Amino acid sequence: MLRVIVRRLLQLVVTLIALSALIFVWLRNLPGGPVDALLGERATPETRALLTKALGYDQPILVQYGKFMQRILTGDFGNSIRTGDPVTEVISRAFPATVELALTAMLIAVGLGVPLGYLAARWRGRLLDHLTVVGTLLGVSIPIFFLGYLLKDVFTQNIHWFPPSGRVSIGLDNTNITGFFVLDSLLTREFDATADALWHLILPAFTLATIPLAVIVRMTRASVLDVLNEDYVRTAEAKGLRQRTVRGRHILRNALLPVVTTIGLQTGALLSGAVLTEKVYNWGGLGTLITDSITGSRDYPILQALILLSALVFVVVNLVVDLSYAFIDPRVRVR
Amino acid sequence: MSLLDVRDLSVVFQRRGERPFNAVDKVSFTVEPGQTVGLVGESGCGKSVTSLAIMGLLPKRGNKVSGEVLFDGADLLKLRPGDMRDRRGRDIGMIFQDPLSSLNPVIPIGVQVAEVLERHQGRDRKQALREARDLLDAVGIPDPQRRLSEYPHQISGGMRQRALIAIALACKPRLLIADEPTTALDVTIQAQILTLLKQLVDESGTALIMITHDLGVVAGLCDTVNVLYGGKVIERARRHELFAHARHPYTHGLLNSVPRLDSPRGERLHAIRGSVADNIPWTEGCAFAPRCDNVVDACLEGPPPLEPTATGGDLRCNNPVSEEVAAR
Amino acid sequence: MTEPTTQAGAPAPRSSKEQASDAGRNRLSDRKKARLDELAQSTAAPGGVSLFRDAFRRLRRNPAAIVGAIIIALFVLVAIFAPLIAPHDPVQRFDALTDQLTPNNIAGPMDGFPLGSDELGRDLLSRLVYGSRQTLFVGVLATLIGLTIGVVLGAIAGAVGGWLDNILMRITDVMLALPALLLAITLVALASKSSQWTVIMAVAIVNVPIFARLLRGSMLAQRESDHVLAARALGVKQRSIVLRHMLPNAMTAVIVQATLTLSVAIIEAASLSFLGLGDPDRDRAEWGAMLGDAGVRYFEVRPELAYYPALAIIVVALGFTLFGEAMREAIDPKNRR
Repeated sequence: MLRVIVRRLLQLVVTLIALSALIFVWLRNLPGGPVDALLGERATPETRALLTKALGYDQPILVQYGKFMQRILTGDFGNSIRTGDPVTEVISRAFPATVELALTAMLIAVGLGVPLGYLAARWRGRLLDHLTVVGTLLGVSIPIFFLGYLLKDVFTQNIHWFPPSGRVSIGLDNTNITGFFVLDSLLTREFDATADALWHLILPAFTLATIPLAVIVRMTRASVLDVLNEDYVRTAEAKGLRQRTVRGRHILRNALLPVVTTIGLQTGALLSGAVLTEKVYNWGGLGTLITDSITGSRDYPILQALILLSALVFVVVNLVVDLSYAFIDPRVRVR
Repeated sequence: MSLLDVRDLSVVFQRRGERPFNAVDKVSFTVEPGQTVGLVGESGCGKSVTSLAIMGLLPKRGNKVSGEVLFDGADLLKLRPGDMRDRRGRDIGMIFQDPLSSLNPVIPIGVQVAEVLERHQGRDRKQALREARDLLDAVGIPDPQRRLSEYPHQISGGMRQRALIAIALACKPRLLIADEPTTALDVTIQAQILTLLKQLVDESGTALIMITHDLGVVAGLCDTVNVLYGGKVIERARRHELFAHARHPYTHGLLNSVPRLDSPRGERLHAIRGSVADNIPWTEGCAFAPRCDNVVDACLEGPPPLEPTATGGDLRCNNPVSEEVAAR
Repeated sequence: MTEPTTQAGAPAPRSSKEQASDAGRNRLSDRKKARLDELAQSTAAPGGVSLFRDAFRRLRRNPAAIVGAIIIALFVLVAIFAPLIAPHDPVQRFDALTDQLTPNNIAGPMDGFPLGSDELGRDLLSRLVYGSRQTLFVGVLATLIGLTIGVVLGAIAGAVGGWLDNILMRITDVMLALPALLLAITLVALASKSSQWTVIMAVAIVNVPIFARLLRGSMLAQRESDHVLAARALGVKQRSIVLRHMLPNAMTAVIVQATLTLSVAIIEAASLSFLGLGDPDRDRAEWGAMLGDAGVRYFEVRPELAYYPALAIIVVALGFTLFGEAMREAIDPKNRR
């Protein structure tokens, strides 16, 4: 077990190093680099050379990479080209917003998806099943930013149930400890702020949950249908066990194993989706940061850090999922 | 009164967009208390479907079950699902073909044995596990205490089947149905499992329905044998009668297709030609006719009836193998 | 133990004693024999149906596959015959429409312009009709490029194995470690200016590791399979084993994946447009760009600018997904009977 963890961790480190090298080389060697982006196309060669030197872009690429890695390992990603703020600071400001959104979306996706998928499988061929299948197909066919606009239009313009954008209402003075607004307000017992934060969270979270929800429903449904045909379910029935026991202990438990893996893989969809969702709802998290760092001038220090961070999150989440899988499934445990 | 009296049991598979298929076609047989009865035939002859129908384990969708299954005089087919649940595992136990896939891979063996005791005997988990250990011991699993917390993939195929036998016999049912219990096992293990089964049913007086395609299993175990073909019983006889002189050409062919050590040197092995796929529907005649060496015109004029024979069995054939040939 | 021996063909020879005793009783008339053959034929399992024909038969009976196929066919037909269907030139700005353009108004349906104006005073319907061409172009090209690169890499990795396999797979690991859209964003951001080609290439490259992994997995599975072992035992050359036996079988899975990828590619292209990384050519009508750019920008002025291209994208994506899933189901050995 320990060996598996160590091996996976090593793999993770190798992947990240390779990724950082690739990003580094790519970003530096392509047209439209940061110097042009900062100065515009009409800058004189002299100014250009000055800025290149100031940013350290005149040194050999290996030296640049060495320095880059050295700084990364000490947690220093440099300063944002656009604002001049330290990258770590900019990112840690935006990080909690995205995590709060993504976690809520995942809670919705799992909390709704698993029961729906299970019920659809149990009532295969009946109305709920058909509706679920159609719903999941629509869920993966609809561009989620459009869904975001649609929900926003319906729920904030036509019926004013939710606020159209942002994380808190303007003028609400909430205490900021961790940056997770729901958590912060609970900690400080400012419950009006909790309600406000949740109120802002619901629409974006549902929008972001669409694709993971559809995938989890389909996966659960298919998995339950598979398990229903397993011999051990027949054995359980032959024992005369109560329906409750057959379903809970013998069907659901086995059916959820592949779903756990799916949940890990959906982290990727969440990160991709966050970029779109945050733009729709003006959320001010990492997604917004990415969009801002690309449009207009390309803010390379920020981009590098963000790409590395999202790869890290994705790989770590899947590592954790794989390892927890080993604890749920005894067949994996012994290997 | 017989322990189990199956009367005109039929199972029709009805899948959307496909022709209905008579998997089991008016099968009748009885099982006396403590008796061992064999259901024998090739794969697809309806023997497994018969057993699932008796247990009420056929999916509701796509299957139409009719006839009567009288257990102690009560028709199991008419029981409410909840009542049938109470009987399964308590009055009737069942063992399946593939011991690996028949055990839940993520639940310890101990719990899988114990849960049937919890369900039917009202034991709590601790008590049930203690009894489960004794059961594992009784079916010949070494070091039963340790096995309780092990998972199916950690023990051998023979031990898995022993565990399944322990589960099926945990509540001392009066009837045990064994569906090809040795087919998936190594040849060396097969004999051990059969011996164990025989010993256990003899000790407890449990009646046994043995479902198999293997005449060797029948020879060692069964009191009465029902030979199934195309969903119908085509011959029924006491074990010795059947082996001494099988009258139906199909049964005869089956017996002759088994290699014998005492057959004359150089004699070719007798094989039944064709396969089950060559069946014709019973409504048109005898389903076995296309593969039969004894076929006559009458075989294509509707199904032959099941008629009593002089030796106390039953036979469904227009032109049976003659006594002297059968006795060869 | 095996099932009782059964043999097709002639009756097995029997001992002379048996034959003598049977001879007198075997009186099956010719007429009955014919009847017997006929019956046996009608009930026997259809022998020798190829895997492909079998899968196709199941596909044809699946209503989801039919709906998907119809949608795809309509989509392609509209794309081909766009000039015949569209009432106007999709690029031309009409005075009747531009006259009504204000920051707070875009003309709705009127005579000659059944869906009204777009944000620049062009005919929305014509742009939607022509949009099918560009959408098909972007989707198919992105998928084909991704598929080609992925298949070549995967086939090399699967067929050669060893260190090359290892390196190729580590590269796909790195690419898969980045969420799809983020990878696409990074790729587009690498170019100095975004264009239709940066969008196509970004979407294509995102799918490379998926196809590579798929093909490699399938080839590895087959390397151990019976038919490849049999071919090897017969002394067939490695090259033709790969080309004749392994690749064609692996391709079914690739084709299914490609169908599903088409719908993802169209949606991803739209997402890039929404993020301002799409095709900047405003003359070119493409559903993703129409929705992601003007569609959401003028959502409060005239939501139809988003509704129509969105609807078109959803329906077409649904069509590819339905058909792809149905194909996957049809070739799945679990569903074979």
